[in-house]
Amino acid sequence: MAETGKAKTITIISGKGGTGKTSVTAAFASLAAPVVVADCDVDAANLHLLLSPEVEKSVDFYAMPIARINQDLCVGCGLCNDLCRYDAIVIQDDNYSVDPLACEACLVCKEHCPEQAIYTVERQAGYWFLSQARTGPMVHASLGIAQENSGKLVTEVRKAAADVAEEEKLDLVLVDGPPGIGCAVMASLTGADLVIAVTEATQSGLKDLIRVNDLCNHFKIPIHIIVNKCDLNPEVTQTVRKWAQEAKAPIIGEIPYDTDFTKAMIEAKTIVEYKSSRIGDELKNIWNTVLETMKSIA
Amino acid sequence: MHIAIASGKGGTGKTTVAVALARVMGSCVLVDCDVEAPNAHLFLNPDVQNTQDAYVMIPEVDDGKCTGCGECSRVCQFNALAVLGKSVLVFNELCHGCGGCVLACEPKAITEGGRLIGTMQWGKAGNLDFYDAKLRIGEPMSPPLIKALKRQAECLEAKNTILDCPPGTTCPMVEAVGGADYCILVTEPTPFGLHDLNMAYQAVQQMDIPAGVILNRAGMGDDCIQEYCKANGIPILLEIPHSREIAEGYAAGKDILSSMPSLEDGFKKVINTISEGLNNG
Ligand code: SF4
Ligand code: SF4
Repeated sequence: MAETGKAKTITIISGKGGTGKTSVTAAFASLAAPVVVADCDVDAANLHLLLSPEVEKSVDFYAMPIARINQDLCVGCGLCNDLCRYDAIVIQDDNYSVDPLACEACLVCKEHCPEQAIYTVERQAGYWFLSQARTGPMVHASLGIAQENSGKLVTEVRKAAADVAEEEKLDLVLVDGPPGIGCAVMASLTGADLVIAVTEATQSGLKDLIRVNDLCNHFKIPIHIIVNKCDLNPEVTQTVRKWAQEAKAPIIGEIPYDTDFTKAMIEAKTIVEYKSSRIGDELKNIWNTVLETMKSIA
Repeated sequence: MHIAIASGKGGTGKTTVAVALARVMGSCVLVDCDVEAPNAHLFLNPDVQNTQDAYVMIPEVDDGKCTGCGECSRVCQFNALAVLGKSVLVFNELCHGCGGCVLACEPKAITEGGRLIGTMQWGKAGNLDFYDAKLRIGEPMSPPLIKALKRQAECLEAKNTILDCPPGTTCPMVEAVGGADYCILVTEPTPFGLHDLNMAYQAVQQMDIPAGVILNRAGMGDDCIQEYCKANGIPILLEIPHSREIAEGYAAGKDILSSMPSLEDGFKKVINTISEGLNNG
């Protein structure tokens, strides 16, 4: 790959979870090693289960501070409740308090409380880690339960991955993205040179793929497709192929339904490390195609 | 009875379970809260009768009235406003619609308009009332749309509701599961499944919602889920066997009861177990 300059980024996403995205990312990491991998699926980080990284550094992540009500100062006027658009003010036996799960930290209540009874508290919402995996450096994160701001945490993980690539002079970053099309996905697409969408050959897989493709078009990032479980329904697979051709989103690989992914996972191995299997071979071919494609992306 | 179907991550069979439970319950409301990837309709083919756009409020600034005091951008916690001279730049996508800037603006230069966040639709699928919504492409925040959808469905007033929730354990999931009487966590017997189940279980515990597990693709992996549930006292409500037949049916858009009718009794039992538990507890 390119000898100089900034590392290239390949982001692997899927319209929804469970398509095999993380298993594919892990396989690519094995094939590309040494490479920087970033697990940006911070809501349900799983890549560490396959790559068993050793944590070298852990950094606290703070979410927006949320509101609290000082019971000694509150006179129960109810203004905060009138102004809050998120139904986050809880009234119980004339006591006003803030539901931390509903609070969006807009602090309108704090700004307007006539008694200055509302204050904010810092919230440590999670961590991100810089680790060494057997495939090279790895950046991953753990977001506290029911926390928000996963987009912001994804951005931190991505930046840390780019930094470590530069420090260790590695020219590729592999990003395991989150499912869906919301804020965390958008944050993980930023700066991607190529997106690989892993989809299932199912009705719902195709629908999710179309939405993910729209999102990539929206951000003008080229997208390539891997169809998993391609033999479950040849008809749907054919529809996916037709759609991909029309959408100019090339299919770079098709993987048959195989429980080897699961067996490898149980042994905490990537599929290319797990005994020789047909999907392992298929992934090697796909990876070669990806390398060819990356050469053409200046 | 409002039952939320959740899972730490996607692809575990949440929608499969939600559709099957709604089917065996008979008349009830099914709300597909996974607005980033709504899929339940593929298995139900509902007759859509209504669609409605959903909006959140965003500020609109009248430059003629703005004095450039900068109060609005001072109070905005999300950096959605920047004041340049006597005009204000609004970054729509960052706005959370809290209304703080409107309240802060003394010359009353700010009014509110709508930003389209997605489209909701609803109708009938047999004797089910079906609701879902699609997040607009490029719209980062799904919780306001989930909230609007749940309001539209008035799901917390209907007698029986099934909420098909989005994956993860962060704000969209919390928004969708919130207010449910019971939460079914769907998982599969693999290290990924166990890891995600653990996260999801902690989330529902924090929300104080009783929970049980449906183990999908039982037999595909190892015994980690049974061991975890036993150790934590979580009931396993049903085990759905791992079967290529079900997977093929799913790929073709068939619901699980059509692929494997023998599961109907199992799903009925799940409903009974939950309702008895709720009545006695
Ligand atoms: S606005 Fe202030 S004084 Fe009034 S109810 Fe809220 S916290 Fe209490
Ligand atoms: S409504 Fe709230 S979030 Fe939106 S711009 Fe105004 S202060 Fe910021």
